[in-house]
Amino acid sequence: MAQREQWGTRIGFILAAVGSAIGLGNIWRFPYMAYENGGGAFLIPYFCAMITAGIPIIILEFGIGHKYRGAAPKAFSRISKKMEWLGWWQVLVSFVIAIYYVAVIGWAMDYFYLAFSQGWGTDTKGFFFGEFLGLTGGALEWGSIQMHIFIPVVIAWLLTWLVLFTGVRKGIEVANKIFMPLLFLMVLLIVGRSVTLPGAAEGLQWLFRPDFSKILDYQVWANAYGQIFFTLSVGFAIMITYSSYLPKDSDMNNNGFMTVFINCGFSILAGIMMFGVLGYMAAQQGVDISKVAGAGVGLAFVTLPKAINMLPAPVFFGTLFFAALVFAGLSSFISINEACCAALIDKFGWSRKFTVSLYTVIGFLASLIFVTGGGLYALDIVDHFVNNFGIVFCALIEVIFLGWFFKTDTLREHVNKTSEFAVGSWWTIFLKVVTPIVLGYMAIANLIGDIGNPYGGYPMQALLLLGWAVIIGIFVLSFFLQLPKTRESELDKFLND
Amino acid sequence: MTAGAIVMMIIGLGVTWGGAAVCLWIAAKKRQV
Repeated sequence: MAQREQWGTRIGFILAAVGSAIGLGNIWRFPYMAYENGGGAFLIPYFCAMITAGIPIIILEFGIGHKYRGAAPKAFSRISKKMEWLGWWQVLVSFVIAIYYVAVIGWAMDYFYLAFSQGWGTDTKGFFFGEFLGLTGGALEWGSIQMHIFIPVVIAWLLTWLVLFTGVRKGIEVANKIFMPLLFLMVLLIVGRSVTLPGAAEGLQWLFRPDFSKILDYQVWANAYGQIFFTLSVGFAIMITYSSYLPKDSDMNNNGFMTVFINCGFSILAGIMMFGVLGYMAAQQGVDISKVAGAGVGLAFVTLPKAINMLPAPVFFGTLFFAALVFAGLSSFISINEACCAALIDKFGWSRKFTVSLYTVIGFLASLIFVTGGGLYALDIVDHFVNNFGIVFCALIEVIFLGWFFKTDTLREHVNKTSEFAVGSWWTIFLKVVTPIVLGYMAIANLIGDIGNPYGGYPMQALLLLGWAVIIGIFVLSFFLQLPKTRESELDKFLND
Repeated sequence: MTAGAIVMMIIGLGVTWGGAAVCLWIAAKKRQV
């Protein structure tokens, strides 16, 4: 019987799952989220979200992939033929994320090079939006391709192609065994340096100072659950795909707990790293930390370069920081693309080498839109819609379908059978009740928010084309991808028998 | 840093990395990692 590819070692799987979960968001989203939502007090809703949603969903996805032995579309179709589209929807969401995520990895690669000479100059904002991105006057004004971004984007695609082409064990597993230890080492070095900077204690004070009045605010809880959903790579096919490569007698519960704990622990380390530096920067400028704190692209490519300019050894900090961004980004990028390639391999029966090569060419060409002068606008709009509607609705339908229309207890028996400890009925309750309520709230709030107040002040034409059309397009396309007959492998015949 | 901030930092690091350490310990005890 034809064997599905498998991980070579357990640690290889855990590092790959952690590598997928740890991404740019851990570094530039979590710290500001905590700072804005009660500081140390944010940890209370954050840990509640981790236990009631993060851990149950990741075990659910590990169990689905392991039991049904397929990428998301195949796994869902084995549960119910009619639900294959949900897997394709998740895969298409992953594909859209991949084509803009690679642009950010390209920026980080460029900034790693620039860090050797602080090539961003003293006006870091003007440099980033002007000379570097060549930002056009508005969304849908594409401008020309920025060659200095194009080249690292080509490198990122080539590296990913090489890793995926080589296979699960020799490619993805080996890559993560190199990337993850290096990433942790780099972050620990930066943390060690940042906490010893003058003013760092003040920065950490702002990050961890508990404001318990905030935990009475429901929005803070929604933000904590949102942070957990987005950080764990759940709801977009990756964890299902990765766990489909686990050997038959693998643990899933302990692996799930470990993945979540390491990912969240990394976020807290990243917070210490960022706020130590921001505290130093605020002290140097003699301003309040609120004047320098921020999140996202602006934090990484405008504020941090400015802080790096002020540091005693800017080359050390700058190169390490941007190398960490590259490694965090690449490990996630590999997992996103593997989720897509594995789905195509399962569906059409193509060879891995052919599928990965064809996919890389298509993905690369599609990603060029984000390398143009208007790429940042496109990225911002697509990212907003994919996160707020694509992932949230995918995850919502997944937990409703699996929680209420599928015997969750059967899956609980499956994950408990080979795991080092069992999950009790609490797992089923959290999946059936807590996660659908929270995700449902997020989905409705996002929908009402975007209809009532169009995102980011962009022109409606841009929001329709890059936002709503993308979301509706991938939803419709997912049904079309369900139509072709799935190639039946020897493994399918065995499972059907 | 105030005591409150230090306590919250320790809780944050303790729950996550402590949790990961317990999982590793269980894995090492029950079978190979």
